[in-house]
Amino acid sequence: MTPCGMISGGMTALLRTEGLTRRYAGLVAVDAVDMAVEPGLVHAVIGPNGAGKTTLFNLISGIVAPSAGSVWLGGADITRLPADRRAQRGIARTFQNIRVFGAMTVLENVLTGLHARPGPGIAATILRLPRFRRMERDCVARARAALDFVGLADRAEERAAALAYGDQRRLEIARALAPEPRLLLLDEPAAGMNPAETEALGHLVRRIRAAGTTVLLVEHDMGFVMGVSDRVTVLNFGRRIFDGAPAAARRESVVIEAYLGPKVAARLAREAAS
Amino acid sequence: MAIPDWLDDLLWTYQNLIHSLGINGLLALSMYVVLAVGQLSLGQAAFMGLGAYSSALMTLRLHWPFWAVLPASCVVPAAFALAIGVPTLRLSGVYLAIATIGLGEVLRAIYLNVDLFGGALGLSGIPDSAETWMIYALLGAALLALWLIGRSRIGRAMEAMREDEVAAQVMGVNIRAYRMGALLASAVLAGIAGALSAHVSSFIGPGEYGFEPAVTILSFALLGGIGTPLAPVLGSTILTLLPELLRGFSDLRLVFNGVIIVIAVLFLPNGLLSWRMPRRAA
Repeated sequence: MTPCGMISGGMTALLRTEGLTRRYAGLVAVDAVDMAVEPGLVHAVIGPNGAGKTTLFNLISGIVAPSAGSVWLGGADITRLPADRRAQRGIARTFQNIRVFGAMTVLENVLTGLHARPGPGIAATILRLPRFRRMERDCVARARAALDFVGLADRAEERAAALAYGDQRRLEIARALAPEPRLLLLDEPAAGMNPAETEALGHLVRRIRAAGTTVLLVEHDMGFVMGVSDRVTVLNFGRRIFDGAPAAARRESVVIEAYLGPKVAARLAREAAS
Repeated sequence: MAIPDWLDDLLWTYQNLIHSLGINGLLALSMYVVLAVGQLSLGQAAFMGLGAYSSALMTLRLHWPFWAVLPASCVVPAAFALAIGVPTLRLSGVYLAIATIGLGEVLRAIYLNVDLFGGALGLSGIPDSAETWMIYALLGAALLALWLIGRSRIGRAMEAMREDEVAAQVMGVNIRAYRMGALLASAVLAGIAGALSAHVSSFIGPGEYGFEPAVTILSFALLGGIGTPLAPVLGSTILTLLPELLRGFSDLRLVFNGVIIVIAVLFLPNGLLSWRMPRRAA
């Protein structure tokens, strides 16, 4: 069935990309990437700077249209769907450069995340019909639960812009989790965090996994990736150069070469042999 | 009736001003709806003109009763909003603003040159069927509806779009649908305002719906703010009353308008009423 995606369990995957490609003038940011994300796992995408990780995320969440290839969610082709329809189908994400709605309160941010779920419609909204009231109450309860989950319950009424950096990251995660997505994309969640915050984040990601949400993350912090991931895909210059267990990625010569360059990689290999 | 004489005199003397305050309030809300989703339109005066001309023709040519003319007056502006919105709202940036300026100028040329619209003389002899209470009832209803929408899932989506379109889209907000809906609501409000103004002033002319009134309507929202639907109405109230208070300055009155806009933009980036409404109902 899959033309070149010889990936184990490809048919049961929650998310699948086939030959996914994005070209910019004179640059192939993502080059024919085949990838499968198994449900219930934490899957990391790693690679040196400029490897195409964020572009891959933008292609999956629908912010950027692919030049070629396709994206499948739970067996359905979502390649042509815009970002908002993908959100309604259960893809949620956070951003590398935090994008909370600064003027809104913390709770309102999370309520906005619940837009991915169906609403009561404009007539019921203006007339304040029981359906509207019920859905609004349900949204507030879900939003509070999400804030509680990430440990921001007591900050609900504060302005989002007033939160500390690490708290804004957690707010973004709560906002993405509130609609109970099938797939959560975390774009460099540990960026700018100190070791203690990173450890707390690792704990949070494991709790998200335990709650049954599939996580796909991009991250530079190798210690963090090795600690939380079940599976790793390595990109270099837009191409997939490795896919497998995190421990195997560390031993894989192409991965070491991509990060350290061929010379250092060769020296390390000689040292390891002797 | 129970209205004392002095109040009756006052209402009679300032009748035009009282009408203008209500109609400009509706126009300010028409501006607010578009700005609230992060778009810039300069077509409010054009939509108003479409409402005014189409309703005047329904009254003068078709002899429709006013209760039928008033709701029908939003049909033509809404149709033009669709025609302009479909190609421009897919793009981000100033395309809508440019297209709506163009709309105003094209329509002005059409009013001037097509006999049906009375040319430079405009249309006169329109009966004054619009009552003061109708104007304020519609303004009140529009304010209430926009207030209730603001404090809901829809209001949250609108504010999210205004702050960060990409993030809003990733939350499941269909930004194209919201932009189109806002432009349609804006055209309907301006169209009704146009029909009301045509039916209180008995005369409409091609010069009333050009670029200058478009900028004045924008300044309602710039001065008042867009944190709540009340803010632009405060702006329109001030900018409608001010020329009356400054009558002595005659031609310099427009200069005051300009100065106020500059001061508002420089020192009051969120408008006079910068309070931001909570976005929850429960």
